[in-house]
Amino acid sequence: MSSVLSLNKTQPHWLVFGLLALGLALLPFLVDAGLGRSWVRLLDLALLYVMLALGLNIVVGYAGLLDLGYVAFYALGAYVYAWLASPHFGLHLPFWAILPLGAGLAGLFGVLLGTPTLRLRGDYLAIVTLGFGEIVRIFMNNLNTPVNLTNGPQGINLIDPVRLGGVSLSQPHTLFGFTFSGVHLTYYLFLLLTLAVIFISMRLENSRIGRAWVAIREDEIAAAATGINTRNLKLLAFAMGATFGGLAGGLFASFQGFISPESFNLMESIMILCMIVLGGMGHIPGVIFGALLLTLLPEALRYTGDWQRNLFGQIYVDPADLRMLLFGLALVAVMLYRPAGLIPSARRRQEFADAKG
Amino acid sequence: MSVPKLGNLPSSKLDAELTPLLAVSQLSVAYGGIQAVRDLSLEVAPGEMVCLIGANGAGKTTTLKAVCGLIAPQAGSVHFDGQALTRLPAHEVARRGLALVPEGRGVFPRMSVAENLMMGAYTRRDRAAIARDLDQVYTLLPRLTERRTQPAGLLSGGEQQMLVLGRAMMARPRLLLLDEPSMGLAPLMVRAVFDIIRQIAAGGVAVLLIEQNAHLALKTCARGYVLENGVITLSGNAAELAANPAVRHAYLGE
Repeated sequence: MSSVLSLNKTQPHWLVFGLLALGLALLPFLVDAGLGRSWVRLLDLALLYVMLALGLNIVVGYAGLLDLGYVAFYALGAYVYAWLASPHFGLHLPFWAILPLGAGLAGLFGVLLGTPTLRLRGDYLAIVTLGFGEIVRIFMNNLNTPVNLTNGPQGINLIDPVRLGGVSLSQPHTLFGFTFSGVHLTYYLFLLLTLAVIFISMRLENSRIGRAWVAIREDEIAAAATGINTRNLKLLAFAMGATFGGLAGGLFASFQGFISPESFNLMESIMILCMIVLGGMGHIPGVIFGALLLTLLPEALRYTGDWQRNLFGQIYVDPADLRMLLFGLALVAVMLYRPAGLIPSARRRQEFADAKG
Repeated sequence: MSVPKLGNLPSSKLDAELTPLLAVSQLSVAYGGIQAVRDLSLEVAPGEMVCLIGANGAGKTTTLKAVCGLIAPQAGSVHFDGQALTRLPAHEVARRGLALVPEGRGVFPRMSVAENLMMGAYTRRDRAAIARDLDQVYTLLPRLTERRTQPAGLLSGGEQQMLVLGRAMMARPRLLLLDEPSMGLAPLMVRAVFDIIRQIAAGGVAVLLIEQNAHLALKTCARGYVLENGVITLSGNAAELAANPAVRHAYLGE
């Protein structure tokens, strides 16, 4: 019983740490050699989703505020990047200046969304945040008149790729005799930022702030009665989550080179929420695993066409349909058999054990 | 028995009697159009045990919530140790030394017993003193000691009530506000919980107890107020109230 809640883990051994670092450093090359360049690209995208999921995890997993409009912050970060680094306004500000700006602005909008929803919880909060997400998307879709801010549904094209110290991440570079392609370099940049987001999440989880969030999630009145400023801490959760969302949005814009409102629909918010729920809400390893799984699994399921051809000699079900069907089945199966998520935290596992027992 | 005030002599006992720790004055609270509490005034002196009794829906919890800053009163004032608390948010009220033990216990169910107790000391930074207080709480509540690593949600109702009392004590409050601590507990457990409340009060902490169980409340406290439909109809010495025919009829089942 006591082992269930013992939160102190043994310090990771440096050797394990070194091997993990080496593995992560070599991963894009291994993937490139084994599966092809497109999978390295996918790896980059998976890292983006890890950042997004960890951001939403602060709001949903830590503070317990069900946010269905999270993608709005992702969109804000992306549009800020596009406005300041594309021919749309003719601005080409450097990457390091725009990224914090987009993240900061998203954080501000997080507070803006949080303020009117402080009294709401659960379903009601979900509906308001869902509305917020849709409002932002619809704004982006329609703000091409009277002043063309977003170029409407056509989106903004030719967004500058990330350029760090004269190195553009859209072209290959040779270093120490190795040739690093753009997607490889992007991988390292995203990995670095993802690690930063993981580090911040870990520090938050085990801080006074993190404990206060747990208390608010469990019993808001009791939390206030112990002297926790519930209003500020909820706003902080919204702001932190939104900041990570904005950060990922900026990276997404520079990575794709093109953004349109289409990329920021409700389905996207739900996918990010699924990553958290499926992986293990409030538990960093679970959330990372969920994000990787839900980014890579749908892609892997594209091969269902090949499998059918190999098995039956012809394609019976369009892989595009089958893929989503299998994906949905996988979600249902996980929720039935591992309701606390694939890698749940001790606390959350307890929560579901309570519900059953 | 009028005692003249004696010049500049330090007379803390006297001052304590003159300035109440908690002074609620003409408090009115409404939910929408429904008047829940009207013109309510009550006082608690330092170290005193006072109860507020009344039937279900009389406005007891509403009064407590308004004192704690959990709901905004329509009119009236709340002073604690001479300072106005009116319209301060709940966490600010808590930081000034009022500890609320909410109705229905309010443990953090998925936190361990030890984590729950430490949340009580959330606003404090004095680690050494916190550790000492934690030991004291465990001494006061030995049942919790055995269960310190267990999730609070797995404790029995009485143990949860004790845990919340312990958590409140971890804030080193000067006034403990208890909302129906006997609710839903077995008679034996009620007695155990009230023993603990008396021990806490014996340590110098003032208590404002809200109870439907008037018999128990009047037996425990020195003074009491009777709340009916949002208005205080009777107040005074607990023994006098317990002897009052109206109280006996309405609340003591006679």
